[in-house]
Order: sequence, then structure tokens, then C-alpha cells
Amino acid sequence: MTLTGFTTSWKSAAVTLALGIVLLAALPSVLDDYTLLQMTIYLVMSVLAVSLGFIWGYSGILCFGQAAFFGLGAYTYAIAVVNMNDSTVPLLLSIVVPALFAAVLGYVIFYGRLSDVYMGVITLTVTLILFNMINSTAGPEWKIGNAPLGGFNGIPAIPPLNWPGNIDETITPRGMFNLSFGVLLAVYAGLRWLIASRIGHVIIAIKENEQRAQLLGYDARAYKLFAFTLGGAIAGLAGCLFANWGAFTSPTIFGLAQSAQIIIWVIVGGLGTLVGPVVGCMLIQWLTTQIGTQQTFNSNLVLGAILVVFVLLVPRGLVPSLGDLLARLFRRRPVEPAEPVGRVEEGRA
Amino acid sequence: MTAGVTPLLQTHDLNVRFGGVHATRDVNFTLAEAELRCVIGPNGAGKSTFFKLLTGQVKPTSGRILFRGKDISKMQPHDPGRLGIGIKTQVPSLFNGLSVWENVWLSARRTNPPKIANDVTRQTLERVGMLADSKAITGTLAHGQRQWVELGVVLAADPPLILLDEPAAGMSDAEVMRTAELILEINRQHALVVVEHDMSFIRMIAKKVTVLHQGQVIREDVPDRIMSDPLVQQIYLGKKAH
Amino acid sequence: MDLALVVVIQVLYGIASLVIVSAGLAVIFGMMKVINLAHGEFLMLGGYSVVMAVQFGINLWIAIFIVAPIAVGLVGIVLERLVIRRLYGRMVDTMLATWGLSLLLIGIVTSVFGNTTAGISTPLGNFAIGGYSVSVYTLLIIAVAIVLGLALRGVLTKTQFGLIARGTMQNPAMADALGISPSKVYSATFAVGAALSGLAGGLLAPLTGVVPTMGAAFVAKAFITVIGGGPAILTGLASASGFFGAINQVATFLSTPVFGEVALLLAAIVMLRLLPQGITGRFFKGSL
Repeated sequence: MTLTGFTTSWKSAAVTLALGIVLLAALPSVLDDYTLLQMTIYLVMSVLAVSLGFIWGYSGILCFGQAAFFGLGAYTYAIAVVNMNDSTVPLLLSIVVPALFAAVLGYVIFYGRLSDVYMGVITLTVTLILFNMINSTAGPEWKIGNAPLGGFNGIPAIPPLNWPGNIDETITPRGMFNLSFGVLLAVYAGLRWLIASRIGHVIIAIKENEQRAQLLGYDARAYKLFAFTLGGAIAGLAGCLFANWGAFTSPTIFGLAQSAQIIIWVIVGGLGTLVGPVVGCMLIQWLTTQIGTQQTFNSNLVLGAILVVFVLLVPRGLVPSLGDLLARLFRRRPVEPAEPVGRVEEGRA
Repeated sequence: MTAGVTPLLQTHDLNVRFGGVHATRDVNFTLAEAELRCVIGPNGAGKSTFFKLLTGQVKPTSGRILFRGKDISKMQPHDPGRLGIGIKTQVPSLFNGLSVWENVWLSARRTNPPKIANDVTRQTLERVGMLADSKAITGTLAHGQRQWVELGVVLAADPPLILLDEPAAGMSDAEVMRTAELILEINRQHALVVVEHDMSFIRMIAKKVTVLHQGQVIREDVPDRIMSDPLVQQIYLGKKAH
Repeated sequence: MDLALVVVIQVLYGIASLVIVSAGLAVIFGMMKVINLAHGEFLMLGGYSVVMAVQFGINLWIAIFIVAPIAVGLVGIVLERLVIRRLYGRMVDTMLATWGLSLLLIGIVTSVFGNTTAGISTPLGNFAIGGYSVSVYTLLIIAVAIVLGLALRGVLTKTQFGLIARGTMQNPAMADALGISPSKVYSATFAVGAALSGLAGGLLAPLTGVVPTMGAAFVAKAFITVIGGGPAILTGLASASGFFGAINQVATFLSTPVFGEVALLLAAIVMLRLLPQGITGRFFKGSL
């Protein structure tokens, strides 16, 4: 993956953001509340997709348990808002708690210099354990403050976000749409800015060649920990939005199925871009909804098949492959300096 | 070595054992500021292990390593770079997906603010002759060019000590000459330890040569006396003459 | 005294279950360095083979010891040919593709058999130790684990196939030069690993019942055991199962099964920190 070229320059970020802002402004006036509600969940999941897309595509961290931070965000918000009524602190907590969890887990993994293989297995195990733990908290004795954990029943009737300081002014469906879209754009912009900064360059360099980055004096563990914690924070924020969208959260949010879905979004959409995971997420979410309306094919079956096919045949994902295709169609000179002169003179397209 | 001046690099009775292999034996090595030393030895002599000790990839079983008087025997992988030790590895270790400019810039930027880092990057690329190719993706370059990029990456951090592991490997004769000139020019302000096999290359640059054999230092002298030393000739017996 | 004996049996049972559940993975990961995230589903398929076979009137023991391993072994051969062999050397891609296969298998089984748990009653009944009742099946599992370990050792050290397999894993180029096709060896080894997992699933079917998602409970533990065991397949399997199995059982005893799993994970993290190459990376080096 290269830092140079259109897709990573500020131009592409500006274009994407401009497009996003236009859609954000325009869509609520043309769509009805119900469609906006449907779109909101796609947007919330896209934030989650971007969190994994960042840590995996740019920092090289393959986390099999990104759902853990998503779930922690949702549950933290739910429990905190039930106890505190005003949603401002719960919103902040839904970012901070998953971030702290990611920081501790990341510290153990990166400062322990555990290899990538262990990373996958450990993050998978953590999300499974969280699932089992929360799933078994159904009894009334399981509560934090006033909030019962609910076990496999989940936590229903989660109070929605309100304007800070004003408990009665809660967010509307339109407001949720705007907020989710806004968060997605803000996260995108923030990450693009980070990637362009020195920290971002170092993070990518570490993914390219950790040994060389360390020989230059960069502490790879610290940079990876930072990226991983940031990814956890973003996933937690997505979790808070999710809890608001459905006013409900349950342990399946920590499950293997959820973790698998996030990975599939990123693989299908494309590793190495931020837009790719969003595209993959929306496509797969849409597909899953379609599958839900018929009986023949089970969603596991379809998603599993998609994952296998993509790993074998479209390993770079849709967005980068599309980008390659467009580049080949529009480029008039080959990129590699080693190309023989003759081909250039033939005006190869 | 002038009395009273702290050497740049010094090892005291350095030993490394891996399982049953005694890879480094009682090595006492001293390097002054801005000194150029070549290290030679047949395969298995312990040259790579010695380098890995200096870069923190291997920890000594016993003995100490001092850099400007400071004990660096137990280093984290990112410490050598921070302390002022630059390493050019045997197989060029670069950020293959990034451009030549970006590779050198990452090195320059670690200790310099952005504007100065840009200047340093440009100057360094000019020095190693890669400024014209600064936009090329490093992974697409030929081997000799990659060696020079890596030299640039190391130089951009301006380290007092530079370790070069076989810098002339895989190069054409012209490239080898260019590399020798570059090393001598670098030596005006930096100390260098060069591990090499190519004897003619060593004669171009070396003032003092350390010979390793089975983990031990067996000779340390000027190149001419090393070449005519009977023990050195014996351990190289059967090896291809360069 | 009786309680002590029962506890010992339970701990041995915990260790034995881990051995059985991880053996197939130890073969596949240990010999081929393939991370098969569909391992849990091989177990699941073994379980379903037994349930189906019994429903067709086949004797339970034949179903467990013959039908399940053969059925899942065949599935293994097919999957290796179609998917796994295209991804050798690409560890991350193998993990992703096998995770896809895992979902695919769960999906297929759910479509065919539905989502509910099917069960067989645990055979062999119980026997008494003092005031405690212990399932005879527990002892069977312990016995099978021991036999399995010895059988694997025997095959790997004393048979021609075992020697060829070990040689090919160490040096595929040499195997080629000797006229042995490495791809056939990989196929066969993967099939053996799958068959062992099928056997494990079959053995567990009477204990846990079968449901399409039962694999998830085992995959993490199996991987922790295999990775924690280190490069030596059998010694690693035995030592890691002993270590983690004991910790898991004791923690479960002292609190809840969930905490038992947490304890296992924590033990794994600590162990990997101290012994990054696994147990046999430092101890019992050079053993099989």
C-alpha cells in the first residue's frame, strides 16, 4: 500500500467529505423517517467498520474481536444512562471504557511482543468470554447501580441521548440520522488527518516494516497501542450510537457472528482504505437484510461463502480492486520506472 | 586511542551463548569517535551475532557494551536508533510500499521539526544520488539503488555510529567504487563499522581491520598486515580469493 | 478422601477433554502451520454424524469411533483440495478463509438440521465413589485420550506414513526429491487432523448435545492449547493440556464455568509472555 497517489492525498479526503456533507444535508429532506431509520443503522455500523479498517488496514493489527469494544460501548452507555439520566457523561464513558479496555489488552499483547497469530486468537477469545459473561447475568442480582444487566435478555428501553443539561430534549430519529452521519464524517476526517500526520506515517511504516521502523528509533509497541486504543474508542462510540438506535442491547453484540461480520465488511470493501470498509459494510448489511426475507439460504451460509470467495479471488476487496481497474483504464503511461521505452512510445493505454 | 577520551563504542568480555553454540567469545572491541573499522571473518565467525548485539536483537550472556560510556547491554529494539546508532542491514530493510522520499523523511523527521526534516531529506538524497528517483516506490528499485536508499535512511538521522552489514553485496564494480567513496565521505563525520567479505572493497576503505573467527577476535591490524598474516590466510584457506 | 478422588477424576477428565478436542488441531497446526478456524465445525460435524448415524440405527460406538472420523475426514479432504491448499504460507488469509468455511458449515448444517439441540443420552451410566456419583463416560474419555496419545505417537514414529509426514513437513523439497508428492502428504495430514476432530465431536455428542454453533465453545480452547504447547506436537499437546486443563477445572470448581474460561485465557497470556514459543519451545526440546 502506498502513501502517494490520489486515494491518499488530501484531495480524495476533501472530495469524499464534500460528498458526505452534501448527502447529510440533502437526504433528510427527501427521505421519510422510516428510511432514515434504516439508513442510520447502516451509518452506525459503518463507523464500526472504519474502526477495524483503520487498525487493520493502516496499523496491521488483525483484531478478531472488534465486537468486544462495540459491545462495551453499547453496554456502558446503557448502564450509565439508566443510572445517571442525563446522557452526556454516559456518551463520554461509552468511548472511554472501551478505550481503556483496548489499552489494557493492547498493552498485554504489544508490550508482551506476542505475535500476530496470538493476537487473532486472544482477541477472539476475549470477545467470546465477554459474550459468555454477559449472557449469564440474567438474574435480578446482576446489576450495576440501577441498571440490571439482563443476561441473554439484554437491556431494553435504553433512554436516548439528550441535549447536554436538558433531560427532556431527547434525540429524534432525524436527529439520530444526522448524528450518526456526522460522527461517520467526523471519524473519517479525523482519521485521514491522523494518517497524513507524522504519527500516521509512522504507524503505516511500522506496518510496512516493523524492524526498520524500530531501527530508526520508533517504539513500535507504543504506536500500535495508540492505534489499537483509538480503534477501540471509535468502536465504543459506534456502540453507543447502536444502543440509541435500537434503544436495546443484548449479548449477541459480543458474539462471534458480529465479529465475523465486521471482518467481512472490511475484506469485501477493501483493506487499506477508509471508504472501503464503509462500502463493504453497507453492501453486506443490505445483503443480510435481503437474506432475512427468504428461507432457503441461511445468513451464515452466505456470509461464509462470501468470505471464502473474497479471500481466494478478490483478496484486496472491492474498493482497491475497482481503483486498480480505473487506474488501468485511465493511465496512459506505466508507473514502474523499469518499463522498456518501446511500450511507452506505443501509447499504451 | 588517546588516554582520557571516552571511546564511542566499547565491549568488555562480551559473550553470547545460544544453547550449545558459543557464538561470541570474550570479545573486547573498542572504536573511537569517527573511526572506520572493518570486521571480517569466515561464515560462522560471529559477525552477524556481533551486529545483533550492537542493535539489541541479541542480548549478551555475559559482558558489557558501552556506547559513549553508557551501558547499553540490555536494549529494546528501538533504543539503538535513539542512542545514535544507525544500522544498514545485510538485506536492505526498507519500507517497500513507500517512496524513496518517504523512507528517508521518516528517518529525518524523528529528530527534526517538519521544515528541517524536509531539508535534511533533500540533502541526504542528493548525497546518496537518489534525489532524482525520490518519488519512486522503493520496492520497485534495483538492488544497488535500494542499498543507497538505505544508506540515505541511516544518514538522515545523523548518527555518530553507523553499522554497515555487507554494503557492497550484489553491486556492480562501478557501484562498489561509488559506495566506497560514499563511505569515506561519511567517515569524515561519523564512525563506521563495516562487515564485509569483499577484500578488494575493504582495501579501498579500511584503515584498521578486526578479524573474527569462531566468535573470537583473533587479529586487529592494518589491512596489509592482516592480508599477509599466516593465521588469517589459514582460516580463509579454501575460500574464494577476492 | 472420596472427594479428593472425585476431584482428581474431574481434573483428569478436564485434561483429557482438552487433549481430545485439540489433537486434530495439533496435527494440522503442528505439522502444517495451518490455522484452521473451522476446527470447531469439524467437531460439530463429528457430533452430527454420530447423532444421524444413531438415528439410522447404527450402534453408538461404531458411530463414534468409525462413522464420525471417516465422515469428517472426507470433508477435510474436500476442503483441503478446494480451499486450504491455495493458501499455504499465507497465515492470515488461511485464518480468514477458514473462518469463512466455519460460517459456511454452520449455515449449511443449520439449513439442514435447524437450530435446536439434538441429543443422545450419555451411555454407560454412573458409578459411586463414596457418596459421590461419577459418570463412567468420564473415565472413557480419559482412557480414549491416553490411547489417542499413544496411537498418534506410534503412527508418527513407527509407521512409514508417519515418517514421510514428518519428513515432508520439515523439508518439502527433499520429499519431492525422494519421489513423494508433498501435496498428497498435506492432503492426508489434513484429513487425519479432521478425522481426529470428528472423533472428538462424536465423543462429546452424548455429553453436550449437538447444535450448529457448538464449535465456538471449543475453538478458542483448542487453539490456546496448541499454541501454548509449542512446536513439539505430542509433548506440547500433553503438557499444554495438562497445564491448561488443570487450571480450567480448578477455576471452574472454585467458581463458575465462565470464570474457568477466563482463568484459562489469563493463564495462556501469562504463559505466552514467559514462554513465547510455547512450552516445548523451551522444555522437552527435540521431542515429538
